[in-house]
Amino acid sequence: MRADLDAIVRWVPQGARVLDLGCGDGSLLRSLWQEREAPGYGVEIDDESVIACVANDVNVLQVDFESGLSLFGDASFDCVILSQTLQAVHRTEAVLREMLRVGREAIVSFPNFGHWSARLQVAMGRMPVSASLPYEWYETPNVHHCTITDFEDLCRRLDIRIRERLVLHEGKPVSLMPNLLGSLAVYRCTSD
Amino acid sequence: MNAARSNAVLVCHALNASHHVAGFYRDEPQNPGWWDNLVGPGKPLDTRRFFVVGSNYLGSCFGSTGPASINPASGKPWGADFPVVTVEDWVEAQARLADRLGIERFAAVIGGSLGAMQALQWTLSCPERVGHALVIAAAARLSPQNIAFNEVARQAIMTDPDFHGGHYYDRGVVPTRGLRVARMIGHITYLSGEAMAEKFGRLLRRKHLGFDFDIDFEIESYLRYQGDKFSTYFDANTYLRITKALDYFDPAGDFDGNLSAALSRAQAQFLVISFKSDWRFPPARSRELVRALLDNRRIVSYLESDAPGGHDAFLLEDARYHAALRAYFATVDL
Repeated sequence: MRADLDAIVRWVPQGARVLDLGCGDGSLLRSLWQEREAPGYGVEIDDESVIACVANDVNVLQVDFESGLSLFGDASFDCVILSQTLQAVHRTEAVLREMLRVGREAIVSFPNFGHWSARLQVAMGRMPVSASLPYEWYETPNVHHCTITDFEDLCRRLDIRIRERLVLHEGKPVSLMPNLLGSLAVYRCTSD
Repeated sequence: MNAARSNAVLVCHALNASHHVAGFYRDEPQNPGWWDNLVGPGKPLDTRRFFVVGSNYLGSCFGSTGPASINPASGKPWGADFPVVTVEDWVEAQARLADRLGIERFAAVIGGSLGAMQALQWTLSCPERVGHALVIAAAARLSPQNIAFNEVARQAIMTDPDFHGGHYYDRGVVPTRGLRVARMIGHITYLSGEAMAEKFGRLLRRKHLGFDFDIDFEIESYLRYQGDKFSTYFDANTYLRITKALDYFDPAGDFDGNLSAALSRAQAQFLVISFKSDWRFPPARSRELVRALLDNRRIVSYLESDAPGGHDAFLLEDARYHAALRAYFATVDL
């Protein structure tokens, strides 16, 4: 399993109600059900992924979460998850606000654009391509890259409180100079 | 049916169909059931695994007692005296059929359009008797625009001189002209504008515009053909009653319009599917239903298909739509 998913499963309390935005084939929701007995729903736009969710017996809702989470009432979830999708979101601020409207907690993970290998590639005059940023510039679905420092600045501006942070590289935690040495960041946030 | 009687699936039909869901009768090999692409051995609703029940609704002209049946009190056809029946009545009748078949609980109830309304009503009338409800191309109630189209269809029938207030059976006539127009109106709402443009465009039926009122365009020919065909096999009194059943269906009606409150009784797991090309019951109507189910913390999945067929898309074969149904039925525990 992807390293951030491991952390997410640990952070979700037993029996929590979960919403996973951009849930792919539903494997995270399936693990959350198996390991945490956490019932949940996935939101996914891609047809193939939606069918995979149905086959995985995961509840899935085929709507575009960028146009709002109007299907969901206020505080109807314990955790709303956005796993490695933040960088592909167009309306970043609106989505983060919506996550904390429908959920008591938001869990967000994203590839850290501040990792030294990305910085080096930019310094060498090229857009970064790496294990955590696997796309060429002309085919990437990613529109809003950010670094750990950028994300924390945004949280401050939106009055989002960071409760917990885990920075990883190749699946291992990074504590020293995380914005330089970490390639993946995972946050647990609440509204202030 | 399996020994535990746990593998029954009820298929609910829409406006003009019947209990003939799939397969064909020996003497009519050219006439397969209306959902033959979905239901059968090896198909998404696999009859090797499920015991599929197709029931014809009360008031129909295809077998169940309806306006053309003989009223035992008068010895004549019911005609206009046949009551206006509701979706709730149909579910009640189907529940009695299930009793007779020894089916305590359906593994699933599935339907599209008016059939989807029946599937939804099943989860409210008999919550404990439905495992899964597959609600396709549905609305939890008709919009004023939907009712308006129905009313035009009814007016077409009732103003036909051959209608005779609904007592036309004795007179040996059928309000064919009214039925034709009713069906033409229906057909316009079943197809998306895009599907219609793709299928017919502005293609002409004859070499040049005629500057008269005969058929110029292919679409006119299509509508007339559909209208003619329909008027030979469908009963006008039945059509009036079905459109009323559609208009009246409104589970939230008893709850001050609060659909979430209305659905709190439901226990089934839901699969809701809508089609982006459907302007009769567009996706927004299905999302209302999903929202109400989520408010009640029901187990629900929702698919928004881009199959191009308009409202009729639920009847048509589409690889991803059928793949989703196949995947869903595979998760239904027996």
